[in-house]
Amino acid sequence: MTERYVVAIDQGTTSTRCIVFDRRGQLVSLAQQEHKQYYPRPGWVEHDAAEIWRNVERLGPEALRRAGATIDQVAAVGIANQRETTVLWDRVTGNPIGHAVVWQDTRTDTMVGALDDAPGADGVRHRSALPLATYFSGPRVRWMLDHHPGLRERAERGEVLFGTMETWLIWKLTGGLHVTDVTNASRTLLLDVHTLDWSPESLEFFGIPRAMLPEVRPSIGVFGTATAAFPGVRIGAALGDQQAALFGQTCFAPGEAKCTYGTGSFLLLNTGAELVRSTHGLLSTVAYQIKGEPAAYALEGSIAITGSLVQWFRDQLELIASAPEIETLARTVTDNGGCYIVPAFSGLYAPYWRSEARGVIVGLTSYITKGHLARAVLEASAWQTREVVDAMNADSGLALSTLRVDGGMTADNLLMQFIADVLDVPVVRPLAAETVSLGAAYGAGLAVGYWPDLEGLRRNWHRAAQWLPKMETQKRETEYGNWQRAVSRTFDWIQA
Amino acid sequence: MQSIERAAAVLRLLAGGTGRLSLAQISRSLDLAKGTVHGILQTLRKVGFVEQDRASGHYQLGAAMLRLGTGYLDVNELRSRSINWADPLAARSGEAVRIGTVLDGQVLVVHHVFRPDDTFQTLDVGSLLPIHATALGKALLAYGASVPNRLDRFTSRTLVNHRDLAGALRDVREAGWSADIEEHTPGEASIAAPIRAYGGLVVGAIGISGHVERICDSRYRPRPPLVANVRDAARAVSRDLGAARR
Repeated sequence: MTERYVVAIDQGTTSTRCIVFDRRGQLVSLAQQEHKQYYPRPGWVEHDAAEIWRNVERLGPEALRRAGATIDQVAAVGIANQRETTVLWDRVTGNPIGHAVVWQDTRTDTMVGALDDAPGADGVRHRSALPLATYFSGPRVRWMLDHHPGLRERAERGEVLFGTMETWLIWKLTGGLHVTDVTNASRTLLLDVHTLDWSPESLEFFGIPRAMLPEVRPSIGVFGTATAAFPGVRIGAALGDQQAALFGQTCFAPGEAKCTYGTGSFLLLNTGAELVRSTHGLLSTVAYQIKGEPAAYALEGSIAITGSLVQWFRDQLELIASAPEIETLARTVTDNGGCYIVPAFSGLYAPYWRSEARGVIVGLTSYITKGHLARAVLEASAWQTREVVDAMNADSGLALSTLRVDGGMTADNLLMQFIADVLDVPVVRPLAAETVSLGAAYGAGLAVGYWPDLEGLRRNWHRAAQWLPKMETQKRETEYGNWQRAVSRTFDWIQA
Repeated sequence: MQSIERAAAVLRLLAGGTGRLSLAQISRSLDLAKGTVHGILQTLRKVGFVEQDRASGHYQLGAAMLRLGTGYLDVNELRSRSINWADPLAARSGEAVRIGTVLDGQVLVVHHVFRPDDTFQTLDVGSLLPIHATALGKALLAYGASVPNRLDRFTSRTLVNHRDLAGALRDVREAGWSADIEEHTPGEASIAAPIRAYGGLVVGAIGISGHVERICDSRYRPRPPLVANVRDAARAVSRDLGAARR
């Protein structure tokens, strides 16, 4: 019998990857392509959706070629995507209308500020279980409709379609199927998280025509059959990247949590069939929904800047030549020398949600070297994790006992050890750092029967590395106090 | 070879100049066609010997050129670039995986993946292994690392004689992989293969280790499927580091 595989498309913020997985959930081959980032104005971030689709078209066959596999050996395709990034396109030509507006983009700042106080805002917050923030896609759709003449009329006539990245890719893959998955839909502010369908009241609040929205589907279940890139292959799953990582880490039971360290970092805790509303600055979100089953929910702690702080250190300060060298530089010293960096580059996300905050470097003395700065860069990711874990423990009433980690930064041993130290719990990396892609593959494989059930997937999970806490309590508390004082220095920097 | 001679001339020119030079300046100075110089510069840029300024497009010596004597691939970078291939090796072989490079005549463990059986294990990244008594070390010795003067004995099977070791390294070069069978720890065996970067340069080794009865067959030889797993992983990492397919 010839080996069969599942392919994941991981459409991320900086690059698109196609990864071929085998039945053990192990990576067989990978093809990756970065796409261009457009920064037309301060605070604006855009992608060209057409470029991203061309990359998928090219990477799919390339990944299969590297695996030595043919298209008929592919059991299913799954999609994991950058969330909240907003694409509009023309139903007839299939061409994007303008660039996609990326999740980091803050152009809707003023509009969201005004909407936050408008009548009906409480209802939106209640139905979506989200705060009104520039982070989510609904306000972006409104902004695009307001700023492209004639677009609203065309959208009302159903000539213009909206989608997050998975919607766009499924539309291109199938040649015209307009659907979204429930996890991505839960990041728009437009979904009612209890009915799992678009809320007419929220659509009216934002002034977004129903005709432009995709149909909301479960995350795991056959969406359709691809006619391009993977012709003849069924699309078995689509999930927002962080939800995909939760699924890839096999956090299927309430109380199980993971943190993915990428450009930003995202800690998600499975809360089961129950939607938990945070009182400590976390988001409530749909974790996944398997077709024919109730949705599972999650609490999410989103940290805007972690890996991107290392990129800034490399590209803007030019103190290192490649991201992994941050560890080499940090190891030239034994501590941070009293220096702390709070990367509030575009405000602070969880648990503060302060859009007016801006980054600081504090504790500078003539003693500080670039090695200390490198330490402070890594430590910032760990302390931000600590703040989110504290909020999660308070909301859930449970203390996290182990942190499952994944993402590119898990290759950094100094960082992983420091996270274990500041959380005072073991940090565990599974035998698959690419959990975002793996989650999409697991979902797709489950949908077509390639994997029988969740238990089968759990058996694929193995511990690849573990870091145990070593820091003394006194030191941990002192350092945490310093960090929190540093954070307070970022507040109220941007004045209205 | 003419192209190497020209590359050397480009490097000398950049080293002697007072800053960055444009493509036109370099080709004028060496009296070579722009296309020729461009090709040379692109290759030198790929290996890190030359850097191109993003704004002006001008060229200067790269950081790798300045660090030529000190080992050019950062160990943290090596781990980062190989992590995706070390995990599948552990999953397929069922054994612990380590990646090593040479440090002061020993093997520095730069990456470690636990044996995937969820038993308690401790990360030993940063620890040192004897270069002549481990599969990782022998893979590094076979392709250029210098053999230490003193060969310490760990077990009755450790190669402590320089002539025996030289013979074993010849076999490694011939086979393309290395093994240690109870040469470092009684009851333990390991298999390793070299990781190559551009031009075929060996920058590290990747291997598995475990109980000798799991690693070896009834004839006390490393099991061929495990050897194939190790070599596949080494090739995958090498390809990502820019080595040509071989």
